Amino acid sequence: MTTQVQIADVVPSYPSPLKEFWQSFSHNKGAVVALFIFLSVIFCGVFAGWIAPHDPVEQYRDHMLTPPSWAEGGMSTYLLGTDELGRDILSRLIHGARISLFIAFMSVLMSLIPGMVLGLLAAFFPKGAGTVIMRVMDVMLALPGILLAICIITILGPGLINTMIAIAIGTLPSYTRLTRAAAMAEINKEYVTASRVAGAGALRLMFLTVLPNCMAPIIVNATLGFSSAILETAALGFLGLGVQPPTPEWGTMLSAARDYIERAPWVVTMPGVTILVTVLSINLMGDGLRDALDPKLKRAA
Amino acid sequence: MFSFILRKLATVIPTFIGITLVAFALIRMIPGDPIEVMVGERKLDPVMHAAAMQRLGLDQPLHIQYFRYVKDLAQGDLGISLVTREPVTKEFLTLFPATVELAICALLFAVLVGLPAGMIAGLKRGSVFDHGVMGVSMTGFSMPIFWWGLILIMYFSVTLGWTPVSGRIDIEFDIAQRTGFLLIDSWLSGEEGAFKSAAMHLILPTIVLGTIPLAVIARMTRSSMLEVLREDYIRTARAKGLAPTRVVVVHALRNALIPVITVIGLQVGSLLGGAVLTETIYSWPGIGKWLVDSISRRDYPVVQAGILVSATIFIVVNLFVDILYGVVNPRIRSAK
Repeated sequence: MTTQVQIADVVPSYPSPLKEFWQSFSHNKGAVVALFIFLSVIFCGVFAGWIAPHDPVEQYRDHMLTPPSWAEGGMSTYLLGTDELGRDILSRLIHGARISLFIAFMSVLMSLIPGMVLGLLAAFFPKGAGTVIMRVMDVMLALPGILLAICIITILGPGLINTMIAIAIGTLPSYTRLTRAAAMAEINKEYVTASRVAGAGALRLMFLTVLPNCMAPIIVNATLGFSSAILETAALGFLGLGVQPPTPEWGTMLSAARDYIERAPWVVTMPGVTILVTVLSINLMGDGLRDALDPKLKRAA
Repeated sequence: MFSFILRKLATVIPTFIGITLVAFALIRMIPGDPIEVMVGERKLDPVMHAAAMQRLGLDQPLHIQYFRYVKDLAQGDLGISLVTREPVTKEFLTLFPATVELAICALLFAVLVGLPAGMIAGLKRGSVFDHGVMGVSMTGFSMPIFWWGLILIMYFSVTLGWTPVSGRIDIEFDIAQRTGFLLIDSWLSGEEGAFKSAAMHLILPTIVLGTIPLAVIARMTRSSMLEVLREDYIRTARAKGLAPTRVVVVHALRNALIPVITVIGLQVGSLLGGAVLTETIYSWPGIGKWLVDSISRRDYPVVQAGILVSATIFIVVNLFVDILYGVVNPRIRSAK
């Protein structure tokens, strides 16, 4: 009896899940730096109206193609210079952050939720619905992401909402397959059987019992999906199929800048650097998240 | 082995049927019908409209149209372009080699650089080289390749003047098309400077298209190498006193390559997608640029064919990878 009490005393208090998560996440220095860069991009996006020094669509006709402030002929009012119509590039980039992040966030959400539901259905009903769902996903997977997006935009027409839909449909199969695989691994475990025996219905089993235990890989995939959605939005914008001008979207800005590659290299450089830094920070963050959320994967990578 | 291949083939058939359905449905989901698209803004007499619909067989019930579409497809008929009035198959065959040439070069570039880099990084874990490779491949993986293409043009073509800006070969060369691969054709033509011109035109697009596959292959090779080096058989091989190079090359690399092969197969999809962007930047006359141009011209039969063909390539390549996987790893072959 006494020994038991002693043992109970010795047991260390476990850190809260959040603290534990932060400990393993902050172990990865690159991920922490990336997190701060990403947070500042979000900050810029959310408060674009206050931060941006100029209106993103205002055309300063007297100052067309002004170089960045540090270059010869630059002006301090236009920190990163102006584009071919005299619009302030920095302000457009800041407002562009709002659009890119919004599209990426919505498209992740629009593919994540149906993807999880379809994946759970496929795992719980492998005979009927499962086969059909997985076959359809195979077909969707056979079309390269950007081609599928182009194909959908051909039908729907270009624009902000259609870009989201196109990207969301393209990434749907990966969430479905991932959720299905994770759920299949959980479904035969004892706690699920116990819950089933206790009389839990199919919906309760799917969403409350199994799903929370499948979240780690899904969250990691959603992070990576977020960065590839930003890239894809920009790619569609670049091809002229995404968000239409004059809306300041990073890819659309690049598309217009192509003709000034010799005369005004900054018009090309700035939006690209912004895309690269944002996407890179999300990917580095995703690496840290994976290490923190999924210790099994950590050893593999 | 034969039954393994048959089994793999059987799994592909439903996917392929699905693809034909998607390609078929696409052209019918677009607002307006092909006739309206063809005449454009002009007013169209309803009688003529009906006659044209009948001529194209668009007045038939959908399932009959679908079966006719599949029948034409089986005979290699992809329809007729609305813009040039040429058979899509013919246009496709003249443009396809350009894309294949570019894709093969990009994949070779990615494998030849990515594989050794990932391998050495895995062997020298934690070294400066390892961190360098991982940093570069993470950046490559995050690269908006359309911007990367513009930056390379800006630096190497505009500033340094080393490489041409766009196209496949300088216009002064008139190379007879034999294989469609300009590197080979220009070599065979024997014209002075033609091969060099073709090769110079290829360099930048190859780098741009190869960047993402390169990053993915390097990362995958490294992690797969790390995984394999921990295996018991590696320890046994070392304990037997085998030379370190033999352990790495014969025992480790062979096993580490198995997941890398799958990843290379999956990269074919990203090559096809990337080709759309790369070809647009470099005005490379391949199917990627053709597709994008056709979308802006609303040339739907071409878009339909492009989607069908790219999906088919993706399916076939991955089928091939699956089979190769079975050849490399007998355990997979016998698994049900």
